[in-house]
Amino acid sequence: MPIRMKVFLPTSLEDALGILRASPGAHVLAGGTDFMVEMNYGHRRPERILSLRFVDELRAWSREGATLVLGAGVRFADILSSEIATLSPALAQAARTVGSPQIRNTGTIGGNIATASPAGDTLPVLWALEAMVNIRSEKGERRIAIRDLVTGVKRNELAKDELITSISIPVADGPQEFLKVGRRNAMVIAAASLAFACNRSERRIACALGAVGPTIIRCTDAERFVGERVDWERLMVPSERDRVKFGELCSEATLAVDDHRSTARYRRHAISVMAYRAVARMS
Amino acid sequence: MSKWFSKGTNNVMPNANESISGIATSLQRPDAAEKVCGTFEYSSDLVANNMLWGGTLRSPHPSARIVEINVENARGIQGVATALTANDLPGKPNYGLLMSDQPVLADEFVRFEGEPVALVAAADPEICRRALAAIEISYELLEPLTDPERAEDSPAVFPGGNVIRRVPIERGDPEASGDVVVEGVYEVGMQDQAFLGPESGVAVPNEDGSIDLYVATQGLHQDHAQLAPCLGLPGEKVRIHLAGVGGAFGGREDFSVHAHACFLALNTRRPVKMSYLRDESFRGHLHRHPARMWYRHHARKSGKLVKVEARILLDGGAYASSSSAVAGNAARFACGPYRVPNVSVEAICVRTNNHPCGAMRGFGAVQACYGHESQMDKLAKKLGMDPLEIRFINALQTGDRLPTGQKVHVPAPVRECLEAAAAVPLPGESSDNVDGYGLPGGAGRTADRSRIRRGVGFAVGYKNLAYSEGYDDNARVRCCLKDGKLTITSAAAEIGQGFVTVARQIAHEVLGVEDIALHPANTSDIGSAGSSAASRQTYMSGKAIELACRQIAQRVCEACGENWKVNAKQLSLANGRVRSEDGRFDVKLAEACGDPIETEVFHSHRQTFGMDKATGQGDTDASWIFGAQRAVVDVDLDLGLIRVVQITTGQDVGRAINPLSVIGQIEGGISQGLGLAVMEEVLSQDGVVQNGSFTDYLVPTFADMPPVEVTLIEKPEDGAPFGAKGVGETPSLSSTPAIAAAIRAATGLELPRVPIRPEQIALA
Amino acid sequence: MEIERRYELLINGKECKVESSWLGESLMYVLRERLGLWGTKNACEQGECGSCSVLIDGMLACSCLELAATAVGVDITTVEGLGAPDNMTDIQQSFIDEGAVQCGFCTPGLVVAVHDLLLSNPAPSGQEIKEALAGNLCRCTGYGRIEAAVVKVVQQRHE
Ligand SMILES: Cc1cc2nc3c(=O)[nH]c(=O)nc-3n(C[C@H](O)[C@H](O)[C@H](O)COP(=O)(O)OP(=O)(O)OC[C@H]3O[C@@H](n4cnc5c(N)ncnc54)[C@H](O)[C@@H]3O)c2cc1C
Ligand code: FES
Ligand code: FES
Repeated sequence: MPIRMKVFLPTSLEDALGILRASPGAHVLAGGTDFMVEMNYGHRRPERILSLRFVDELRAWSREGATLVLGAGVRFADILSSEIATLSPALAQAARTVGSPQIRNTGTIGGNIATASPAGDTLPVLWALEAMVNIRSEKGERRIAIRDLVTGVKRNELAKDELITSISIPVADGPQEFLKVGRRNAMVIAAASLAFACNRSERRIACALGAVGPTIIRCTDAERFVGERVDWERLMVPSERDRVKFGELCSEATLAVDDHRSTARYRRHAISVMAYRAVARMS
Repeated sequence: MSKWFSKGTNNVMPNANESISGIATSLQRPDAAEKVCGTFEYSSDLVANNMLWGGTLRSPHPSARIVEINVENARGIQGVATALTANDLPGKPNYGLLMSDQPVLADEFVRFEGEPVALVAAADPEICRRALAAIEISYELLEPLTDPERAEDSPAVFPGGNVIRRVPIERGDPEASGDVVVEGVYEVGMQDQAFLGPESGVAVPNEDGSIDLYVATQGLHQDHAQLAPCLGLPGEKVRIHLAGVGGAFGGREDFSVHAHACFLALNTRRPVKMSYLRDESFRGHLHRHPARMWYRHHARKSGKLVKVEARILLDGGAYASSSSAVAGNAARFACGPYRVPNVSVEAICVRTNNHPCGAMRGFGAVQACYGHESQMDKLAKKLGMDPLEIRFINALQTGDRLPTGQKVHVPAPVRECLEAAAAVPLPGESSDNVDGYGLPGGAGRTADRSRIRRGVGFAVGYKNLAYSEGYDDNARVRCCLKDGKLTITSAAAEIGQGFVTVARQIAHEVLGVEDIALHPANTSDIGSAGSSAASRQTYMSGKAIELACRQIAQRVCEACGENWKVNAKQLSLANGRVRSEDGRFDVKLAEACGDPIETEVFHSHRQTFGMDKATGQGDTDASWIFGAQRAVVDVDLDLGLIRVVQITTGQDVGRAINPLSVIGQIEGGISQGLGLAVMEEVLSQDGVVQNGSFTDYLVPTFADMPPVEVTLIEKPEDGAPFGAKGVGETPSLSSTPAIAAAIRAATGLELPRVPIRPEQIALA
Repeated sequence: MEIERRYELLINGKECKVESSWLGESLMYVLRERLGLWGTKNACEQGECGSCSVLIDGMLACSCLELAATAVGVDITTVEGLGAPDNMTDIQQSFIDEGAVQCGFCTPGLVVAVHDLLLSNPAPSGQEIKEALAGNLCRCTGYGRIEAAVVKVVQQRHE
């Protein structure tokens, strides 16, 4: 008495998009590290699954001048073991904190984005770097800023027939940091996280926060404040008071809540500490 | 006293050759080869012909009245063999370890979130899950009682009131007071055993109406005593077989799939397999009792304790399980391993609509140890004394009287344990910290070295060995020597602790035989061994094996004496031979006596007695085990993140029959104590568990465990098997308070609750 | 490729036919319940414990997070593919010698993970061992003897 279900394993992006058009209910499966937990626990019961396992195009990455283009199927381990790690240190640091080697070998950056969890570790980095997400369906291609793609807790605005194909981010142009607090020294979902990126040519600092709101939060006030106080020659924020203030401003940007992982108060506090430390690590 | 350092591999040389060796050697586990290759069969690996999969529907509400259940939709699904409710139960509706109060399936009321309400058996797990989802239940929601402080004054959760047991201990002068008094209120969160092997088993019905259950459990016979009546079958029609156990730690003392799988199998007349997913595991077994503890210590200026007052409130949750014994332990060990002339203690275990709690490693003594050790540090601080010094001054010794009035008749190396923990040099900064991964915060790389403080803390604890308070504690073993081979039949459950190794070592030590087989453990071939709990199996079944083998040895010598006309008194057994002192008689054991020699031993430990209802006085315990630890902890002061850097421990073991296993027990116990100190807690909100998964119930990973330096204190106990006490539980007593003390030392904070959350430090 | 019912998996070098009643089954479930490869253990089915670890095209992965029907055409190695009781790997032997096994439920997954670690990093530091094995929970041992087992293999291989 089999239960009806069908699995598609296309080998090209074109085929994959064709299948999505023909059966828009098909659920996309990349590494499976989010999706399979839901399957195993009966929270999802799709009748059709489209696996991206053999769509090699999605696994590729390239550098185009000052831009890094990462295929949606790039795994956390790929980020750590390739040149991406030096081209985007904060992304690599975020990737290193994801789960365990098993998860990093399997989970993809596209999956992290599509899952759209506020605790997704690459998301604050992508926010801070103002990543553009490249999306395709059979109808065509579009590019959208990551902050517009993610619309809420675990919600995105992808249409049923669309796939994320790649993500474009700038190659690092100055120090970057990613910090994450959790109650365990490894393998833990963030209670709060922070990405910090200096852009030396534009003399700008970007900072984004994870797990302290329904989506990732950009700290624009804090960025502006600290950006004006950086000594760009020595690449540091010389004043201790300014560094502290930066932490406070980041903390003010949060929309943290209490849950079983942490409290709103601690989250706000942790953000201020991490922001302070990130800026202190610049030099 | 002998030392075994777990770090320096040269001190623990496992026995490299394959042959069995006797006690005090690190014989390898007989099941290890299968375990490392994946061929060892666990309870979740079983299959039977024509097997169905069983599943449980559980209440989502902590307190409700079941208005109606409709299983027809579920029954109608293709592939579903049956769907059952309390109306279909074949026998006694309730079970329980010490009191039969827990329903096999909820009938009218559900009393905790996760209480089983209906069952399904289907062709495979997915169909089973879909069928469970199709069952329609309407509940009338009731206000749950979730605050244990309110339990005594609230309507009864279960007929008979909400106090499961109240245990007072009154000794000495109630008016006594000291030069200094320190008071504190402490809390311990609800810990989970979190064994890895899921609750699972297969029930196989037979044509004659009998049933065989293959299940992962700690105590076959205690399961059997509860199960047969629930199935409405006479005892001899129910056989329980031990299936491979993937860890237990107390969490397999009570039923998991037992009654449900059998009930489904009897109903469908087909074998039924059940195996819990992790979310069900968090609802399907009992946890460690959360505790709230008030303490007041009185001491002289010298540091000598004058009086300890304590009130310990344990939340037993909806059903009693072993709660009354846990409360007994909490009361008896409330003062710690110290000489306390005046005692006024009360432990109360109450019912609520929270998850039921029962046995977990340390059993009531863990909670108390966190309380009394926190108090000892407070006292030391108030007196300006060294935390070690105050413990030395008050350390219990053999011959002292406990709060129950019982005299300590066994070695009590409290001071030695502490000294051993203190003797190891303090660690330097880890050289492996190149990129900060080894600092507090680990992979998150949040650390700022200038904001990290190191703290050092000590703690010592003790608890009873084996069952207490007059509880019938015994173990039965049968040994048979045939053709030079020994078969040991025992129902002792191997749960990972290494009983299968120790059993062989003891037998080998006495008989000198190499070829030793352990008959599979079940309820039909031998009487009870008691549960693999309370650190008791080496002490009880190990002793029974020793006694049985000694009887066999004697009979071998007598038989040789008769057959060969030699003086039996001059014969001894070693290396598979029987020899006379002068060496003139020397024959192979296999040839020494023709007929098989079989003997059965029923061993009980020294008699214990109940506690006086008003004063708690009585000779309640058979023996005690002691252990001390020193924790070195790095704390990120701003983020409240923690890295335990090193644990050193002195452990009273009596005698280490298998030093490597003992070290494994100690390190494992410490990791669970570390978990309780800083990360492990089942969180409920209004009686509903919030983190029933390994994503959010955090147990220590490889990256959280520090190196452990173990010193075994070997002071053999008279009458124990080769002097060996148990070792299963003490390691988890003192690591939690030692780590908490180290964090206090680093931060200067009170930290009255474990697990310590980062916000308690960072926002203080 | 489309799969509706039957598919084949390449496990430990052997083609294995699978017929599932439901295609939503994880690789862990199929290895165990459909193919009888019980060495892959089922402790959490949420990727958190590593007891179900296998190698997929040489990469360490949790088999509970792989949809079995999509694991066609890849090379799957389970613990059974590494060594057997009469032909154990040095890692397996070292786990036994060093007392790294108690209940053993975590052990097959750890054996696979250590195998993978030492292929990519033949001389890991203590910290590297911890980071590499952080996805394999063990509730019994406190990890001390497991670390000792890894260290011993490394030593032996460099002798
Ligand atoms: C044990 C464990 C630990 C974890 N720890 C962390 C952690 O520390 N930090 C963290 O951030 N995450 C963590 N995760 C979550 C998870 O690993 C990540 O979110 C991962 O990036 C998901 O990627 P995936 O390829 O596995 O996604 P999948 O599970 O395959 O897919 C997730 C969702 O994304 C959609 N999707 C995937 N790819 C595309 C695409 N190209 N186009 C459109 N939609 C797509 C899918 O349809 C699905 O709904 C953990 C998970 C587990 C099991
Ligand atoms: S069972 Fe797969 S990681 Fe736990
Ligand atoms: S040995 Fe039991 S979980 Fe590791």
